[in-house]
Parts: sequence; structure tokens; C-alpha cells
Amino acid sequence: MTQEIRVTNYPEVLTDRASHYCPGCHHGTAHRLVAEAITDLGLVDKTILVGSIGCSVFIYNYLSLDAIESPHGRAPAVATGVKRARPDKIVFTYQGDGDLASIGMAEIMHCANRGENITTIFVNNTVYGMTGGQMAPTTLVGQKTTTCPGGRCRENEGMPIRMTEIIASLGGVAFAERVAVNNIKNIKKARKAVTKAFEYQTKEVGFSFVEVLATCPTNWRMTPLQANKRIETEMIPYFPLGNFKDVLAKEEK
Amino acid sequence: MSTPKRIFVKGNEAISRGALAAGMKCFFGYPITPQNDIPEFLSQALPDAGGQFVQAESEVAAANMLLGAAGCGIRAMTSSSSPGMSLKQEAISYMAGSELPGVLVNVSRGGPGLGDIGPSQGDYFQSVKGGGHGDYKLLVLAPGTVQEAYDLTIKAFDLAFKYRNPVLVLADAIIGQMKEPVVPWVPENLDPDEGQDWGLQGATNRGPRLLKSLFLDDGALAGQNQKLQAKYQAMQAEVDQELFLTEDAELIVVAFGSIGRIVKSTIRKLRAQGHKVGLVRPITLFPFPSEVLLNLAKEGKRFLTIEHNMGQMVEDVRLSIRTVADSAFHGQLPGNLPTPDDFEEPILKALEG
Ligand SMILES: Cc1ncc(C[n+]2csc(CCOP(=O)(O)OP(=O)(O)O)c2C)c(N)n1
Ligand code: SF4
Repeated sequence: MTQEIRVTNYPEVLTDRASHYCPGCHHGTAHRLVAEAITDLGLVDKTILVGSIGCSVFIYNYLSLDAIESPHGRAPAVATGVKRARPDKIVFTYQGDGDLASIGMAEIMHCANRGENITTIFVNNTVYGMTGGQMAPTTLVGQKTTTCPGGRCRENEGMPIRMTEIIASLGGVAFAERVAVNNIKNIKKARKAVTKAFEYQTKEVGFSFVEVLATCPTNWRMTPLQANKRIETEMIPYFPLGNFKDVLAKEEK
Repeated sequence: MSTPKRIFVKGNEAISRGALAAGMKCFFGYPITPQNDIPEFLSQALPDAGGQFVQAESEVAAANMLLGAAGCGIRAMTSSSSPGMSLKQEAISYMAGSELPGVLVNVSRGGPGLGDIGPSQGDYFQSVKGGGHGDYKLLVLAPGTVQEAYDLTIKAFDLAFKYRNPVLVLADAIIGQMKEPVVPWVPENLDPDEGQDWGLQGATNRGPRLLKSLFLDDGALAGQNQKLQAKYQAMQAEVDQELFLTEDAELIVVAFGSIGRIVKSTIRKLRAQGHKVGLVRPITLFPFPSEVLLNLAKEGKRFLTIEHNMGQMVEDVRLSIRTVADSAFHGQLPGNLPTPDDFEEPILKALEG
């Protein structure tokens, strides 16, 4: 007989329900980091979630927060409206790479550049997950997807976009970091970055952004273990981890 | 009510002032002629009144900002002109689906495409028949004077919250750019709790609230659509129109907005010559004053629809009266500013029958 043992407790804001994500998908881990940050900072009562389009469209099922859906890519604009209407609340968007770096490129750039006091959690799995594994702006050169079956080719599709670097270059941005959740060490760093991003919002210093390198075992046609490994061997070399902007750290120095 | 003092302002300014009087807290805009006076006026006046003005990066973003602000249960607005309204349709559909009370203003211009910056009523279909995807309706209000632009903007906010639905004020370049005297007024007893029982504010001491338009569970989308349709049915109570000399009229001209008001001048002139012509000017384009038209048709009156397009509202006029009568049509091409004289001949022709 198997017995289920819960080895850790849920943060308050994470709901106790089975997720719809595929086995080995990092969306769940990313959700948890957000839930922990919001709980640790005591922001549960005052946080408003702006969901997006993609596999994470049901994020409101897992985080018990006031929430609103937005059209594909428009979450930063919707979040801007929410924050302007409720400047005293904590507002964040949770977006995939297709959502943020393709259709929603204009919205994220201008929201960040205006320095909206908003946090964006950007889950980069180098593919359009929900629609069945098509090429994303972040798809790596050589990576096969259903719309670049021969592998992404630089001449035809251009190079994958490094969003955190671009975001960090914008004036209104207070914090920009790229993290991964493929091992315990990286998860710990990711947790710190996500918490900092929300903390900076409470300090009203500008836009905060965390890119999470994530797996999509299903559309990568890999096992969860292989997918985790791919983060290390293929993604991190092109999408380097680390902090690209931290306005408060600069001030401290 | 504040002391009534007349001011002499453009329609665009009247819309802006009406929104301020209605307690608007957020405005999101993007430049396009002929509505630029609205964001320009509000960029100063709204922050002065303690609200938030954002010049968005596009109409797409502006409408989505409206979606977010409306989701917080506060009074918010965006304005644009025809090409910009096309870009806003995505968010409008989501707002209708999520039942969010935003106010949108279209100071419409000539199209299709880039068209021109002159007046036109070419956006009637887009305004009342959808525009975005899905089976939804907007409440659509069409001012015919600058005073009405002020009044209907205030009304738009009330209706948006009453039905939790986006409301569109459909003006055109004539209304937007014309100066007329306006008696400003401030609505009494604005409900301080408006939107508080459903708007986003952080889940303080209660369960979380969710505003969405995605319904995947078995039967859930059907249920939502049923609820929306019932709401659109209830909106029939808001039908409004101006009737001008209709009682003894043999011919009823149906015209809305600025064209309705120009036609009114033509009718005054023709009346002086003894012609029995009257006007029905729909003020709500959705809901459409079908019953009013049908009753007039049953009295044996004949109809002529005049529009600043090649025939859009005329379809709704014909649908309204189809069991007893038909409507003739006169279309005014865009690219010009019609005068009362332009409509004399078509009206006389329709009178001859
Ligand atoms: C306007 C619009 N275009 C296209 C779609 C279809 N669509 C749904 S999810 C999605 C891709 C999402 O990919 P990503 O943001 O990478 O998130 P993931 O599913 O990988 O988590 C697309 C294109 C849509 N819903 N709306
Ligand atoms: S398709 Fe990919 S991103 Fe979507 S849930 Fe499955 S593994 Fe996660």
C-alpha cells in the first residue's frame, strides 16, 4: 500500500488542489515561488493577479488571490490599468514567452519603461506550450518545433530573444533577474529573486521582472529528467542566469 | 447640483468634462484625430482632480488598461477614432465577456482604412453589431449636440455600472469639433460603494474574486452566454430617442447623431413650406428604438433613413418596421460636411413616394 506523505507545508496562498500541468512542468514550481514570496512578505490580502494566455491561464485556480484575465500578451497593459486604479495594491502579471515576447512585446516594453510599480513573472520554456509546441521568440537555434520542424534557423527566424537583458536596459526598471528552477540550488536563488521582485514593488521603486527558465517536457518530447537537464546544457548557456538590474543594490554601494 | 452656468466648448471638451463630472478616476488614451482634444484636456484636468491619466503605447494597450481599471470597480474611460476603435475591439470583447463596466468614446471619422479625418457614420455596424469576436452587445449612445455629448457621457458611466457592461459613446468629427453652449451639471449622490462588491481590491477578509471570460466546464459558457443575453434583453429598458414633429408627419426621417441634427434643420425648412415631415433620432443605437418606429409604421407613415454612410442603420430601421412598411434610404458619402440643403432633395423625393 502506498502512503502519501506531505513533506512540506503549503504557503497560505497556494490552494490545495491537483494541478493541470504535465508531469515535470516548471509552471507549478514557479507558481509556488510566487505563492511563497507573497505569503512571506505578508501581501496576500493586497495582491491582485493578472493572468495571461497559455498553459498558465488557470493560475487563478492555484493562487487564492483577487485575479483578472487578460487577452494574449496584454497582461502588462491590464496590470497598468489595475495599478492605476488601485495604486496601494500589489499587482503582478504571470506570462509565458509566447505571450510576453511575441504578441505582447509592445505591452511589456512600455509597461517596464513607464516604470509601473508592477512585478512580472516571465516563464520562458522556449516554446508555445498550450497550442501544441509551435516556435516561440525564445526557441533556441536548432530546436525543433511544430512550426520549425527542421529546427529554428537563424537566417529564416532570427535569433532567440533575450528578454531580461532588454528589459534591464529600460529606464523604468528597478529589478531584472533571470533564474532557473532545474535544481535545488537554482530554486533557492529563484525564490530570492521572486521575493525581491515583490519586495521592490512594496518599496515603489519601479518595474520588477523575473525570467524563469522552465521546462515543457511534453512539447520538448522529453522525460521530466531530460527536460531538467536541457535547461542546464542548452538553455542556460544562451540565457545566462543572474541579476541584470537592481537599482537598490546600486544605491547601497 | 452645481449652479448652472453656460460654457462654450467643443464636443470633445464636453465629453471630457462630462466624464470628470461623472467621477471618472482613470483615463487611457492614444492620439488620433479628431479626438485629440479629449486626451489633451484630460492629461491636465484628470490629475488635477485626483485621477490617473496614461498615454498608452497603442489603442490596444489603452483598451486593455481600461479593462484592468474597470475590473477594479472604478469609473474609467478611453477614447479614440475609427482606426483606433478597430484596435480596441479585442479588449472590448473580453470586457463584455468578463462583464466589466468601461466607457469608450469613438469620435468617428471616414474610412475604411486610414480614410480621412472628416466626419462619417461608417462605424455603425462595428458599434452595434459586435466589432470584436463573440456574441455580445455594447450599450451605444449617439449624441446629436454638444450638450448631449456631455449628458450622454455621464449617462454612459451610470449604464456601464448598472449593467456591468462596456458602453460606447459614438460621436463623430462634427460633434467632436463643433463648439456650442453647454450647461454643465454634476450628478447627485454618486454611489461611493459602486463596484465595491465585485471589483478587485485584494482578497481582504473574504474569498478571492475572479474576473474572467474563459468558461471551459461543461455548460459553463452556455450559462454565461445565457446570462449575457438576458442582460442585453433587460437593456431594452434604456431605449431613448428624440421625436421631432412626428405626430402629423406623412414621412418619418430616421437619422442619428450629427446627421440627425442636420436633418432637423432641413425638416424645419420643409415644414415652413407645408411639407409634413418628422424626425426620429435614435439616441440609443443599442438598444434600438424599434418599437417606436414600428408604432409609427402602424400609423401608416412612410420612412426615409439618412446616414453618413452607404447604408448601415437602415438595416435596423427595416428590421423594426418590416411587418408593415419599408424605408427608403439616402446615403451621404464621407469626405464632406453635409448641410441641411443637401438633404432637401432626398426628403422631397421620398415625400413624393
Ligand atoms: C489573440 C490570440 N492569439 C492566439 C491565441 C492562441 N494561444 C493560446 S496559448 C498560446 C501560446 C502561449 O504560449 P506561451 O506564452 O509560451 O505559454 P505556455 O503555454 O508555453 O506556458 C497561443 C498562441 C490566443 N489565445 N489569442
Ligand atoms: S504543455 Fe508544456 S508548458 Fe504546458 S503544462 Fe505541459 S509541460 Fe507545462
